[in-house]
Amino acid sequence: MTTKEIVKKYGNKRENLLQILHDVQNQNPNNYICKEAIYELSKEMDIPVSGIKGTASFYTMFSFTPRGKYIIRVCESPPCHILGAQTIFEAIESKLGIKVGETTDDGLFTLEGTSCLGICGVAPAMMINDEAYGNLNEKKICKILDQIQERERK
Amino acid sequence: MSRIVLENCGKINPEDIEEYIGADGYEALGIALEKKTPEDIIKIVKDSKLVGRGGAGFPTGLKWSFARAAKESPKYIICNADEGEPGTFKDRLIMEGDPHKILEGMALCGYAIGANTAYIYIRGEYQLSIQRLTKAIKDAEKLGLLGKNIFDTDFDFNVKIKIGAGSYVCGEETALLNSMEGLRGEPRLKPPFPAESGFLSKPTNVNNVETFANIAPIILNGFEWFKKIGTESTPGTKVYTILGHIKRPGLIEVPMGITLREIIYDYAGGMSSGKFKMAQIGGTAGDIFSSKLLDAPLEYQELQKLGHNLGSGAILIMNDIISIADFLTCCMKFFVHESCGKCSVCRIGTKQMYNAFKRLKKKEAYFDELKTIKELAEKLKLTAFCPMGQSVASPVLSALKYFGEELARGVNPDKKHEPITRENPIIRRQKIC
Amino acid sequence: MLNITVNNTQVEVSEDTTILDAAKKIGIKIPTLCYLDGLQSPGSCRMCIVEVEGIKALQPSCVTKVSEGMKIYTNTKKVRDARKIILELLLSDHPWECNTCDRNQSCELQKLADEYGIKEVRFPPVRERMPLDESTPGIIRDPNKCILCRRCVSVCHEVQGVDTLAPRARGFDTIIAPGQFDTLAEAVCVQCGQCAAVCPVGAISEKDDIDRVWEAIDDPNKFVVVQTAPAIRAALGECFDLEPGTLIKGKMTAALKRLGFDKVFDTNFTADLTIMEEGTELLTRLKKALVDKDKNVALPMFTSCSPGWINYMESFYPELIPNVSTCKSPQQMFGAVAKTYYADKISKKKEDIVVVSIMPCTAKKFECNRDEMNDSGVKDVDYVLTTRELGKFIKQAGIDFVNLPDEEMDAPLGISTGAADIFANTGGVMEAALRTAYEIVTGKELPFKGLRIAPVEGLKGVKEASLKIEGTTKDWRFLEGVTLNVAVAHGLGNAKKLIESIKSGKKSYHFIEIMACPGGCIGGGGQPRMTTDEVRQARINAIYKEDEGRKLRKSHENPAIKQIYEEFLEKPLGGKSHHLLHTTYTNKKEGI
Repeated sequence: MTTKEIVKKYGNKRENLLQILHDVQNQNPNNYICKEAIYELSKEMDIPVSGIKGTASFYTMFSFTPRGKYIIRVCESPPCHILGAQTIFEAIESKLGIKVGETTDDGLFTLEGTSCLGICGVAPAMMINDEAYGNLNEKKICKILDQIQERERK
Repeated sequence: MSRIVLENCGKINPEDIEEYIGADGYEALGIALEKKTPEDIIKIVKDSKLVGRGGAGFPTGLKWSFARAAKESPKYIICNADEGEPGTFKDRLIMEGDPHKILEGMALCGYAIGANTAYIYIRGEYQLSIQRLTKAIKDAEKLGLLGKNIFDTDFDFNVKIKIGAGSYVCGEETALLNSMEGLRGEPRLKPPFPAESGFLSKPTNVNNVETFANIAPIILNGFEWFKKIGTESTPGTKVYTILGHIKRPGLIEVPMGITLREIIYDYAGGMSSGKFKMAQIGGTAGDIFSSKLLDAPLEYQELQKLGHNLGSGAILIMNDIISIADFLTCCMKFFVHESCGKCSVCRIGTKQMYNAFKRLKKKEAYFDELKTIKELAEKLKLTAFCPMGQSVASPVLSALKYFGEELARGVNPDKKHEPITRENPIIRRQKIC
Repeated sequence: MLNITVNNTQVEVSEDTTILDAAKKIGIKIPTLCYLDGLQSPGSCRMCIVEVEGIKALQPSCVTKVSEGMKIYTNTKKVRDARKIILELLLSDHPWECNTCDRNQSCELQKLADEYGIKEVRFPPVRERMPLDESTPGIIRDPNKCILCRRCVSVCHEVQGVDTLAPRARGFDTIIAPGQFDTLAEAVCVQCGQCAAVCPVGAISEKDDIDRVWEAIDDPNKFVVVQTAPAIRAALGECFDLEPGTLIKGKMTAALKRLGFDKVFDTNFTADLTIMEEGTELLTRLKKALVDKDKNVALPMFTSCSPGWINYMESFYPELIPNVSTCKSPQQMFGAVAKTYYADKISKKKEDIVVVSIMPCTAKKFECNRDEMNDSGVKDVDYVLTTRELGKFIKQAGIDFVNLPDEEMDAPLGISTGAADIFANTGGVMEAALRTAYEIVTGKELPFKGLRIAPVEGLKGVKEASLKIEGTTKDWRFLEGVTLNVAVAHGLGNAKKLIESIKSGKKSYHFIEIMACPGGCIGGGGQPRMTTDEVRQARINAIYKEDEGRKLRKSHENPAIKQIYEEFLEKPLGGKSHHLLHTTYTNKKEGI
């Protein structure tokens, strides 16, 4: 769907902006909201460019730089922290060779830290796109990432 | 043990409306629409002494009566499902396990206050909740339990879903309203309160998921039944998420007034490793309890007497391996990240707190660091724009109270403040023509 | 009425009064940083917190309304300690470059730190350096100094409706940023400078050109002339602690002479010239529309003196380009005339003449750098200083401004009429134009008392007036009986309202005056801080006093104007005028 069509789907009222931004980001192959899309939203929804960027940038789920196909979001909040979230970051960083906020060269993964994901019952936890993973340790992470890499190779 | 909110969770198929109806679902709504006036409903909720389960503990019936009294129309109902408090996932499990109970509670609220449109604001991370509720709304509409002329009365009630995009402060009701309107999720000035001027400046009643999930059982079974559960001042149950260094983390629904000791040893199977050191009650903005409070009843008013809050229902149990400075560093990192950045004290204060605890962790704190932190926390409580900013003080002040000695070990008595000077020259950006 | 007490003093105030205003009523000042008179305060800086009996948390007085029986304490230990810690926090997130800051000694944060006796900041610095935004000719933003009070956002959004500046990101990372970019040049900014006019600290200010002007003055090979905009004479005094609205034209002239300018001229001269050109342009358009029935003639015609308005129009309403007068602004007409007509007169090469403008405006710095503004063959206007910069300039030279004698401007480009004075304020260009146009058409004086058209004066956002043309002379018979409808808007938010009312077909006019800044140029982005409505009115009153004190109050009566047409330009809208005094505009709509 084009940005214009997305706006049409939800209606151009300001209260639909967040939903529209989600869809705009999701339909971008690089998982982000590009400058052209912001211009287009501004025009279609009659919201100043600064208002769209200002609003979108308030929310951590939106990005303005290209990201990987898979966004790994590791919880950094206290419940995961006390059960070793730091080691999860380290395991992913060494496995993929990227730091928090970076994307792998093959454009497959982006690593992000996030606030509580609401799956603390299985802390330490993370989400890869919409999929949640819990009770993590180094071995489990390697397995999960291997599986995705394997799937993508095919 | 009687469960109210989670009664159906795990027992019925949440995606099958027939199963919910089979468990007396939508009966309360039917009774209300056919036999009771909106005033009756508000009176029952008032008499039940139900208080909001979102954290602040405001009497629900009273809140509804404000919204009912508001003259402007249309009125809106919002279910706050932006569960962002770390360690809390009760709302998610209710939404995933018994979505219709929330919808029924909302419809009852709509009838009571005179609103025909409702929104559920769900955080963007809760994909399954979004799916389940979307389906539940569709199914209920098909059976005429939502939508136009419910139960063949002239009551219309429509529920729509709004999705958040990653912001903790949007759990604060006025920030949530801004977010729903497609704005930055910054809290609004109060007054006006949402009951007077909320979503799109219309009268709006905002309640938490768990609060709504209590409504249908109360209407169905009566306030007397409800008041028998829990304590006298705060009847009903409370859903807690229990986490941390315990054997069985998860969700429990227990009567108000249970103690920490009971939770750890009766429900959580004891510590998973180490010795109990502390617990944080009510999420990252909650108070930190030492072993001294293992037997304090967890209930809004009792805790208030001790100068503490119950908060959102998250209970994080920690063993003696965790250092208080490290833990608070993590808490403050969260607040730095989640502060909306609008008011000066919260925006800079959280950052200063974070840096101070980092220094304490490294045992490089200034000689007067603890005094400064205490004063800063107290001032945050007094001057921050919104409840979130004010609540940042809770973990800090309680930690200073119970773990002051341990924190003091991070202070370097010889470290004085350096005068602030110009450090780096300004990097001049290349001109863009 | 409500009865309350502030610090145990009884005070009666009306409902809807804020605590801040109630305290002000009995002479108690509560410190503020985010509050702006007349705009909705965000209540975010927390400086104005006070204690209210019965409420645990401290209340922001700028947004908290009083209620019956309220007991307010503005100066308890609790309040003072809280304010101190807020100041310490703000200072810990601030660069401490006071000595080298543009706002040294005029900074509201610095002043409060002084008043509250902040001798030590217990919090170490937390901010990492961010780059300066020097991308535009008019405005510099230093995000390091920003205290996120959002005054600039309020004026950019609520008053100007331009929405360039908005908060971005959140928490400690929050910044005020332009459009969807990092620099003003990439975004749409009209350079009006209203943000700089309200910034309490040194985060937004005009680009400082004082040194470049010194350099020109010091260069013996350069002949440096200065022009001063009409709005300066009613405001410059404020830089020297004179009351707003003190007329200082004579002292200003004396100061400029002592600064070493070779000639002190007046933008008023070209304001009169503008009236001749613009008035003729309007009458020509009317003739085309009414007599020739030319459907392509664009009406209403809009004024073009305000570069902030021109920038706004090019970016937001480029479809109005044909409607905007092609006249250059008086500043640019001056540059073009000074480097041709005047250069010839004094037998200098245009390359050796430096034109400096003193303007109430930051957009003028942008305007003089436009590609179109080189019609003399070189850059028509070299440097622009704001009123604030001139104040500093005079102080740098050690001139005792207040005690200067009054001196006269130089001829011929310093000769002007009262019609030019009122270019300074909203409604003034309209009045000046009608004073001349009506007289050209009817041979009679404008039929308003004291030549003042009351409906277009004052601080109302959008104003309108109608004028029936009767008793026309032979050449203008086609206008006989025509009712001329005019409108005036100041502040771009009001301009937007006016334009939308025209576009929707609700309103129709022949001639429209727009000034980008509230109050017109007297409220410009380069004027002494702080410009409140009270200050605006005082400056406007002063301008009219200046106008009414003149012998000549109509542009066409200016002898120097008659002379320039005779000796050089020939006639309004003639070939030379067209080349030197008129310009073109470009569609700059964002994202196209």
